[in-house]
Amino acid sequence: MEKIFSNVDFTSFFLSLKLAFFTTILLLFISIPISYFLAYAKFRFKAFLEAFISLPLVLPPTVLGFYLLIFLSKNGILGSLWERLFGNPLIFRFEGILIASVVFSLPFMVHPLTAGFRSVNKSLIEASYTLGKSKLTTLFKIIIPNIKYSFITGIVLTFIHTVGEFGVVLMVGGSIEGETKVISISIYDAVESLDYTTAHVYSGILLIFSFLILLFVYLPNK
Amino acid sequence: MIRLSLKKTLLGSLGKFVLEIDFTIQENEFIAIYGKSGSGKTTILRMIAGLEKPEEGFITFKDIVYFDSKKKIHLPPQKRNVGFVFQNYALFPNMTVLENLEYAAENHRKNQIEELLELLDLYQLKDRYPNALSGGQQQRVALARALVRNPKILLLDEPLSALDPFTRTRLQEEIRKIHKYYQLTTILVSHDKPEVFKLSDRVLILEDGKICNVGKPQEVFLNRRTSGKYSFIGTIIDIKTVDVIQIITIETKGEIIEVVSSENNFSVGEQVLVSSKAFSPMIIKI
Repeated sequence: MEKIFSNVDFTSFFLSLKLAFFTTILLLFISIPISYFLAYAKFRFKAFLEAFISLPLVLPPTVLGFYLLIFLSKNGILGSLWERLFGNPLIFRFEGILIASVVFSLPFMVHPLTAGFRSVNKSLIEASYTLGKSKLTTLFKIIIPNIKYSFITGIVLTFIHTVGEFGVVLMVGGSIEGETKVISISIYDAVESLDYTTAHVYSGILLIFSFLILLFVYLPNK
Repeated sequence: MIRLSLKKTLLGSLGKFVLEIDFTIQENEFIAIYGKSGSGKTTILRMIAGLEKPEEGFITFKDIVYFDSKKKIHLPPQKRNVGFVFQNYALFPNMTVLENLEYAAENHRKNQIEELLELLDLYQLKDRYPNALSGGQQQRVALARALVRNPKILLLDEPLSALDPFTRTRLQEEIRKIHKYYQLTTILVSHDKPEVFKLSDRVLILEDGKICNVGKPQEVFLNRRTSGKYSFIGTIIDIKTVDVIQIITIETKGEIIEVVSSENNFSVGEQVLVSSKAFSPMIIKI
């Protein structure tokens, strides 16, 4: 037993959870206005915005990671700004992979929320307006409580998708112990060094964990 | 007093048509807008409530301008203080009956809620969620919710169309009662003649976006063809031909009666007016 766990280090596992947690929280705040806008506003370039948000779904993570690497690097727009503001770089840092994850998982939060917003009966919203309630009050008291399930779906998908992330993190963060070496990279490292036992343990944990979370989503849906 | 002069292009089932109306509603009046579906009835209500914007014209209530295309005024629905009852009730599913009313109420109107719960017989249901209510009960909650803010104008969009005849009749009485009690100016959209007949002071017939007739329901619907001493509206449910006459079975508010007619141009499902001439009942197409 001790032999099996000899090379197992839970740091990378907790790092993945930490990354997934912050990504989900950030995306929740970012996606509410974006989804609201996509669901209800009528404007000319909506299709462009929708296509842009969905890009991470189809692009190879390496392509996305490559552009993010350029964007977040010392000479990139965000990277240089960040360095001037906070005095440290974004590349190969937790903050860097967090920003990358937010971009990468954006459609996983925006899509369920937009679908949820669109599913709300329009007359509920209008009834709230005729009762003198502002758009903001209507959003938080009427719309959001009635699409709880879309929120749960968005949160779970984002979380689990971030936990399972590999390519983008590797491109932007590399493999720095405790900083950017998430569980998927640890598995890759273990296999690379032919330590199949450790790879088994990590993979097994991730498999069971992901399955349990999805089960949690599907069970009440029965 | 509400003054309306509105113009808007609508897309109907037979293509585009222009809704163009111009009329005045007196204070405390009960007006019905009657017409086929797709004639623009609901759009009028929505424009009064501020949920839709007319292309041209104005809407004023007393001396408040709700809308004026020339002065570029368009008050949002939040600022119009209009009670709107939607066809599908639009109750908030995440709130109980009481919470639905509390959401609508401004803080200082909490005692109004009690009064409305009593008035509309909703007290026992106050902790239930909308999906645990029957259609008639949901309708009463929707009505109560629209009244919590003490609106001066009540807009009813086919409020009773989905209910059974018994509940319907009962709610018609309640609507009439509330209209008087709160001294409202009420506008009802309906395609149900008996309902319009029963409730409204004046009816406005809308056809393809234009008002084609206005007046008291008796004048508009009955065309003064009968004495008006005794008459009611019903629906033909059966026609039996016996020799040269027809025995027509008519349903009206749950009662079924048979009337003999020598004319043979009636068909099942038609709405008719049954009245008496001399001694025998006669029926007339409406």
